Amino acid sequence: MKNNNYSIEHALFIKKQKRETLIVNAFRLGVFFAIFFLWELLVNIGVLDGFITSYPSKIAITVYELFKSGELLTHIGITLYETLLGFFISVSLGYITALILWWSERLRRVFEPYIVVLNSLPKIALGPVIIVWFGSGEKAIIAMAVLISVIVCVLSMLGAFLETDKDKILLLKSMGASKFTIMTKLVIPGSKEAFVNMLKIALGMAWIGSIMGEYLVSKAGLGYLIVYGSQVFKLDLVMASTVVLLLLSGAMYYLVTLLEKLLIKNKKYG
Amino acid sequence: MNTLLEINNVTYTYHTKNGETTAIENLKFNVKDKEFVSIVGPSGCGKTTILSIISGLISPTRGQTLLNGKKIEKPCDNIGYMLQKDQLFPWRTIEKNVFLPLEIKKVKDENAKNYGRELLIKYGLKDFLKSYPDELSGGMRQRVALIRTLVSKPDLLLLDEPFSALDSKTRLSVSNDVYKIIRAENKTAILVTHDISEAISMSDRVIVLTERPSKVKNEHVISLSGSSPINKRENPEFSKWFEILYKELDANEK
Repeated sequence: MKNNNYSIEHALFIKKQKRETLIVNAFRLGVFFAIFFLWELLVNIGVLDGFITSYPSKIAITVYELFKSGELLTHIGITLYETLLGFFISVSLGYITALILWWSERLRRVFEPYIVVLNSLPKIALGPVIIVWFGSGEKAIIAMAVLISVIVCVLSMLGAFLETDKDKILLLKSMGASKFTIMTKLVIPGSKEAFVNMLKIALGMAWIGSIMGEYLVSKAGLGYLIVYGSQVFKLDLVMASTVVLLLLSGAMYYLVTLLEKLLIKNKKYG
Repeated sequence: MNTLLEINNVTYTYHTKNGETTAIENLKFNVKDKEFVSIVGPSGCGKTTILSIISGLISPTRGQTLLNGKKIEKPCDNIGYMLQKDQLFPWRTIEKNVFLPLEIKKVKDENAKNYGRELLIKYGLKDFLKSYPDELSGGMRQRVALIRTLVSKPDLLLLDEPFSALDSKTRLSVSNDVYKIIRAENKTAILVTHDISEAISMSDRVIVLTERPSKVKNEHVISLSGSSPINKRENPEFSKWFEILYKELDANEK
């Protein structure tokens, strides 16, 4: 229902809304610059020790130097590779496991206590075991990322599958649908939103897994840079790597929200 | 007229951890071809269970149900089930929602799809073929749900309180629409409802059930003149029937 002849009140309303958005954006940027300005200032006048806290201009220079030497891209590449691989493995593994558990109530009942216990276990405790099993390389880090995120994937998807409207299942059954058809026509398309939410959670978990993994064992990657920097007391390096990590994870989260728009674009809820 | 459906001494008992409950006991009634039958009864008397048995979703503990003389054992093409809520899939367009039974039954025939489209156009949903369910009003959605039931050309329609989720004004007009569509398409229908006036105004025959375990308490052939449920409600006989059925159900509640 497009109406181009808006009333004056409506024009005012839109104007007010736009103004509000502008103000919020301005404040966002303001807060950003204020923090960096204050940080830089406090170090400059000697309130903060720049050696321990580092400072924005030094961080920017460090990032630039790392980039120029080519080191930065190598480290980013390695961490991204570990995180993404861990992410894809846990998402696919988690999704398929959840489907199987949805399909068979008996299996679900059998494995429920195992999943609950695994979920509550701090996965990082298994770090040493993983190093022994997978060696001290990328494999161990990817295993760590999978271990941390897969259970959450299983649980969130299974929850969504089980929440499928019972009456809709009944309707399909009355049409003579098989369990497989119910799965493909109702359970899977009906859980699209939960799927996107799971992607978001799994991505965050995969980041935790890969960085924790790099803390434990690694010779490269952003997590490695952070640990290395702190060990040799180069706080500039620690801060620079953290900032790069922040930008990377933000960018990846944004990609998932793009995927969300793509997946859910033709599904409108009132 | 031929008998389309026979319910022969059907008993159904369901089991839970805490025990067993007999929902229906020795239920017996027939439905003739092209007949519109309503089943009314006190709440919780197993009306939905009866429809589940007829549709083949569950098997009776004892007794049998016959459709066209053949035993109903599992859900089949000849029966269409319409539920309380429209249960349209929000991620499918109206057209695709209507095609759903065809997809389930793996009907590849374009004619079947065209039939669905024709019905949608015929019953005032022409401009909404490519819309999504949430763009439609409750009444329109229920009409789509009925057309989805009709698209596989069933002999028998089962309506499980299909208007109970609607507000009272929409309810009247939708029951009117549904009645007209079912008549126009020459279908046999069983309507389960707790609304007496709905039962009287829509059906040829009303079956009254007892409390659980339910059996047939009484049957009434309703012959009200009037072209539609709304018209029939204006007939002076309507209130007479209402009183009779109300008393019968009221006696039940005690």
